[in-house]
Amino acid sequence: MQAEFLFAILLLAPLIGFIINGLRWKSKNYLLAGSIATGAVAISFIAAVLVVMKLFGADAPKAVTVEYFKWMAVGGLEVPVAFVIDHISALMVLVVTGVGTLIHLFSIGYMSHDERPSKYFAYLNFFLFNMLLLILGENLLLMFVGWEGVGLCSYLLIGFWFSDKEKAAAGMKAFVTNRIGDAGFLLGIFTIFFLLGTVSFDEIISKVAGMPVEVGWSGPITLAALFLFIGAMGKSAQIPLYVWLPDAMAGPTPVSALIHAATMVTAGVYMIVRLSPLFILAPNALHVVAVVGAATAVFAATIGITQFDIKKVLAYSTVSQLGFMFLACGVGAFGAAMFHLVTHAFFKALMFLGSGSVIHAMHEEQDIRKMGGLKKYLPITHATFVVGWIAIIGIPPFAGFFSKDEILWKAFSSPLGHKGLWAAGVIGAACTAFYMTRLMALTFWGKPRFDEHKTHPHEAPPSMAIPLIVLAILSAIGGFMGIPHVIGEILPGHPGNWLEHWLAGSIAAPAGEAHGSAIMEWILMGISVSIAGLAALLAFSFYVIEPDRPKQWAARLPGLHRLLENKYFVDEFYFERIINPLVSGSKALWAFVDVNFIDRATFVVGDFVRGMGSTARTLQTGNMQQYALYISIAIALMFVYLLEGPKRLAELFGG
Amino acid sequence: MPINDALLNVGLSHYLILSALLFTLGLLGVLLRRNVIVILMSIELMLNAVNITFVAFSRYSPTANMDGQAMVFFVMTIAAAEAAVGLALATTIFKKFREVNIRYFEHLKG
Repeated sequence: MQAEFLFAILLLAPLIGFIINGLRWKSKNYLLAGSIATGAVAISFIAAVLVVMKLFGADAPKAVTVEYFKWMAVGGLEVPVAFVIDHISALMVLVVTGVGTLIHLFSIGYMSHDERPSKYFAYLNFFLFNMLLLILGENLLLMFVGWEGVGLCSYLLIGFWFSDKEKAAAGMKAFVTNRIGDAGFLLGIFTIFFLLGTVSFDEIISKVAGMPVEVGWSGPITLAALFLFIGAMGKSAQIPLYVWLPDAMAGPTPVSALIHAATMVTAGVYMIVRLSPLFILAPNALHVVAVVGAATAVFAATIGITQFDIKKVLAYSTVSQLGFMFLACGVGAFGAAMFHLVTHAFFKALMFLGSGSVIHAMHEEQDIRKMGGLKKYLPITHATFVVGWIAIIGIPPFAGFFSKDEILWKAFSSPLGHKGLWAAGVIGAACTAFYMTRLMALTFWGKPRFDEHKTHPHEAPPSMAIPLIVLAILSAIGGFMGIPHVIGEILPGHPGNWLEHWLAGSIAAPAGEAHGSAIMEWILMGISVSIAGLAALLAFSFYVIEPDRPKQWAARLPGLHRLLENKYFVDEFYFERIINPLVSGSKALWAFVDVNFIDRATFVVGDFVRGMGSTARTLQTGNMQQYALYISIAIALMFVYLLEGPKRLAELFGG
Repeated sequence: MPINDALLNVGLSHYLILSALLFTLGLLGVLLRRNVIVILMSIELMLNAVNITFVAFSRYSPTANMDGQAMVFFVMTIAAAEAAVGLALATTIFKKFREVNIRYFEHLKG
């Protein structure tokens, strides 16, 4: 089929779903609304598969591009509405529409008791449309439109239960925090346009191709890369703009799975991978990316250890995993970042949906202290969650092992890498293993800590179980698309690293030699897996074998425990140092500058106009003959002027 | 004799002076009289004063230009139309107030 046609279906199916559900937003028929929405996304997925198929084959094009019309042409800026599926966006579009379909399906069961299911599904479809714009847009401006659109949908869905003040505030927080990042992203776009005179990805990449690597900090490319990274920080919840993501868990759980785990939050990573030929020219900017990523990976993982809300644990886990992706980007391993993005989308969506199933079963209870022993009540959820757990802590051969290990290896061996980054990654991975095991233990294992006579947890209906099972399978086998060479060599048939091969032509690689040998890779792999395993065992002993020990340790290290439990007091710090001064400063400006100067100036202008009006009004008496007199006098004066000139006219008035 | 000369040899300036006098009379009528009918008549007077200038200029034009003569017909047509509208207004005013004083037109003020 024609590419134009397929792209139109791919993009418009969710939009049409949004319009249909949006027009019947009052309907409470969750089954119909859900079917429309899920069907729309499924159609989109099929179209995406059909387009991606065009990229396979011996003489396949490197990218399928369609241009529909010119959007704007202003001076040197010419922006077409064009979309592209190349080897990078193909991965992303399949993940988004594929995982999106599963999550839509899951939502049908999850939202069955909700008041406004049609509205929910309309938002979800609209989110998907914007996400597709972001992914497929062939230039930075289209990407920005999608970028803002997903931000809007994220806001709407976080605050979906807006009658709860706290949830509405969480939506606001996400929106405002993202705005800061968006400002950076816009500045990045401006810088690129100023520098290269284009916003099209294709042209940007071909224009920077021959440029030399920038050494200093103040070069234009470094500047552009840093600005763009600020945008990525906001969207992908990196230090210091990560604070919105944990609060975003106020939204319905499938939303957390779709937007705040699998798709939207990875947009920042995707954008950097997309522009990797630009970023690779700014090694200093990449160092910033790597350090911020590594710091976030460790920082968020340590907070995750002390959280008691099942979704908050997963949220901090997401922040931490996104940190890993940025770490990969920062060391120039863009392929590894993409790889982890895909596997993370599988296992984190799985775990979020699993937590949704748990919350649904426990009648909206999210505190893991009030759970425990759910294994026997929720066998399917438990089994799939176990798969996600093994995948995220990086036990071979599950998906997370391959992607995380590739990141760690690249952090160590890449010319842009550093042993410190590797060590931070390993610590992050160990913390991840610890808190995920803790989550498993407190939720599913041990003895029930809820009243078994009052609460009767029930297993998820099929519409919720099927997505869980599919995602569990993907989490288990998803890693095989990127088998590292050292492992591939000893396996029968020597499978190569398919993903690396797939992405090879589309992403940039850092200049310089990678250091480290195959033996080194084996050793590091062993170290990271065993440390993660040990951390998991430790957590197991803490929370299953001797459930009293966590309390003892918390008592022994009160300062550290308080610090972690309160998330390093970052929110408090922001309020104290940034938000409150800003608010009081604005209030002072309002009370002094606005009232005294701006308001007064407008009043003066208004009074002047009103005064003029009241003077002129006296001329309008309604007396016709007076009007006639005015006209006659004016005509007479005009004649004087025309016949005698201005001088005589002035003399008449005594001048 | 200059005075006789001026009285006997009628030329363009005589017509213009007549026209100006008539126009001023009309204008004063419009500005000062209160009766709408009289005001309408004064307007006719002003228009006809203009007509006189038109015809005079046409007659004394060195190239025997007939444009002024033609223009008079237009003015007369317009004057007839204006009189029709004005009299209609006057009739309406009279019906309402039993008088045709111009001050009643103040009621048209918004």
